[in-house]
Amino acid sequence: MTYEISRRLLVAAAAGSALALSFATPAFAEVKLTFLVDNAAATVTASEALAAAFHAKNPDISVEVESRPGGGEGDNIVKTRLATGEMTDVFMYNTGSLFHALNPQQNMLDLTDESYQSDIMDTFKSVVSENGRIYGAPFRTTMGGGVLYNKKIYAELGLKVPKTWPEFMQNNAIIKEKTKAAPVIQTFKDTWTSQLFFLGDFYNVLRAVPTFPEDFTANKAKFATTPAAIKGFEHQEEVFKAGFLNEDFGSASYDDGLRMVSTGEGVHYPMLTFAIGNLFETYKDNLDDVGFFALPGDEAANNGLTVWVGEGIYGYAQTEHPDEAKKFMAFVASKEGCDVQTEAIGALGPYMTKSCTLPDDVPSPTKDLVSYFAEGAKNAPALEFLSPVKGPALEQITVEIGSGIRSPIDGAKLYDEDVRKQALQLDLPGWE
Amino acid sequence: MTTQNKKGTRRAFAAAYPSWFYLPAAVIFGILFLFPTFASLFFSLTRWTLFKYSFIGLDNFRQFFSEPFLVWGLINTLIYAVVTSGSKVVLGMLLGILLTSNVMMRGLLRAIVFFPVLVSTIGVGITFTMLMHPTNGLINDVIAVFGVKGPAWLTDPRFALLSVAFVDVWKGVGLATVIYIAGIVSIPAEYYEAAKMDGANALQRFWNVTLPLARPATVTVIILSLIGGLRSFDLIWAMTKGGPGFTTDVVASVIYKQYQAGFYGLSTAGNVVLFVLVAAIVVPLSFVLNRREVEA
Repeated sequence: MTYEISRRLLVAAAAGSALALSFATPAFAEVKLTFLVDNAAATVTASEALAAAFHAKNPDISVEVESRPGGGEGDNIVKTRLATGEMTDVFMYNTGSLFHALNPQQNMLDLTDESYQSDIMDTFKSVVSENGRIYGAPFRTTMGGGVLYNKKIYAELGLKVPKTWPEFMQNNAIIKEKTKAAPVIQTFKDTWTSQLFFLGDFYNVLRAVPTFPEDFTANKAKFATTPAAIKGFEHQEEVFKAGFLNEDFGSASYDDGLRMVSTGEGVHYPMLTFAIGNLFETYKDNLDDVGFFALPGDEAANNGLTVWVGEGIYGYAQTEHPDEAKKFMAFVASKEGCDVQTEAIGALGPYMTKSCTLPDDVPSPTKDLVSYFAEGAKNAPALEFLSPVKGPALEQITVEIGSGIRSPIDGAKLYDEDVRKQALQLDLPGWE
Repeated sequence: MTTQNKKGTRRAFAAAYPSWFYLPAAVIFGILFLFPTFASLFFSLTRWTLFKYSFIGLDNFRQFFSEPFLVWGLINTLIYAVVTSGSKVVLGMLLGILLTSNVMMRGLLRAIVFFPVLVSTIGVGITFTMLMHPTNGLINDVIAVFGVKGPAWLTDPRFALLSVAFVDVWKGVGLATVIYIAGIVSIPAEYYEAAKMDGANALQRFWNVTLPLARPATVTVIILSLIGGLRSFDLIWAMTKGGPGFTTDVVASVIYKQYQAGFYGLSTAGNVVLFVLVAAIVVPLSFVLNRREVEA
């Protein structure tokens, strides 16, 4: 039995505060939209550039950018604001599994019939749809999960980009022997950064077990009992045991990691490619020393990339200005919107709008990233886009495995337990 | 019977304000305390996404108790509460004795000991996180002067919890000291004079006069710091976020992470459990300690 919580009650509570505010509203006709984004510097810069460009084109509509923290804290802010009826007119949020947890049919504007949908890639539409209706428009670029590496050190040592895991470990051994740099950078102060060995290996999992996402969602496949799926954990343990990590891996932060990989204090940093944006901001001079490759698996011939479809922007269902909100989203999803973003924060990866193009002089890691999209079949979406089930404790588990506190098989069992809670919360069939 | 009733009613009327006088307080209490308490009891029995809920009986409690890290969280909570509370009693009493003696600059020293209590917990946590950094932190730099390589205080699972407990004691001992100072100052000087006349040395005077007569202070410090330790969260979250992995998780951080993950019903059930746990430890303890005090 499921009950909807009365919206009227919430509205009544909100009305009191709205009444107090309404006296301050100016009398002229300009419509003011609010736009909630995460507080990463690149996101805020891109959002503000979009708001300004949109206002220049539509002088009667202005867009005010609000920012919120990312990660779990941001999830809570978005959910709480939706539940209390205080959401901004347009807001940015993840696509895929986290998108479904927001109850789109109740909370978001339906964008299925917007004219620009034919210009949007199907990959994107599939991760912002529920029951055949589309709720999101693409914002920012699609990312890859793999390894950022220092090309300078690679050139000095004459190393080649590894296509298999043993090649990767061999490169690490050479780096450890011949340089002072840390072969592998890990930054467990920001726990989310610990998940890349595991999540970024999903392309290889999918090659070995193509039915894994469906079976996993239906509670038929488990990480602990699927040897191919547990390899990411095992790799993480291997690099720890071999002593390849930077000395302060436990207390280093994401920013430390970016500094190390761009200046050559470390060589390999498993990361999502949105980090290129942060490198562009902070280490622009070293950006062309950084390259990117997919996490290597077993076979050199089938080397490919795990892909994170970019973020979406969504219109709030209770907004007072649905038409203006839709107009703004259409602008963000257009070629013009892509160009504004590229100009503001650089070209970080492929856009999900078909007519969008990247400039020729993209930074070096972006060039590497884009090459995985040129070859069509050499990439696959991450598990969170193929299954709504994602456990919240993964980043703690990967920190433990990556610090030698917990064994891979133990970690896999613990994670299987962890995802069960999420499946129950989503009320998926086959779980109890 | 009737006379007794009448008498009772009359006394109630005579002793109290008119009952409407209680109404504002009752309304505030009801809205801000009673309603949320019962609402949280209710939601702890549901699977709740903030948008909708479904009634699932005691499943949340079953789930909560089967959380793999809950057992560790409980053990850590107890270790943390006992270590911090014990250290605060011992150090607070020693500092209290020192600062009630005729030591130089007594007022200044008292202020210095109390100062950390006034600083924000999160600020203290962030500062100590920097000081305890394994390679750039001041603490390990100082240790390195003696040729010893200091451990990774906050990221080595063997040290992490105790490192946080140490900071908690540093921050909280000032309050315990103030309570002890008040307790020790209120002991009449005649007892010490009498003990001196009987030939008791300093240690004997401490053991037989100060310790038993400062008992009310000890009881207060134990109960306050134990409650604080059992529901400790802010310092741990600021310094380790329960990590590395789950090694410094306490019950409150387990609950917080469930809330962050969007398991609202489950984390509400966790809060109900935490409430019962704190009550189950502190109520009997305060009962026992206070009764002995009366007997003594």
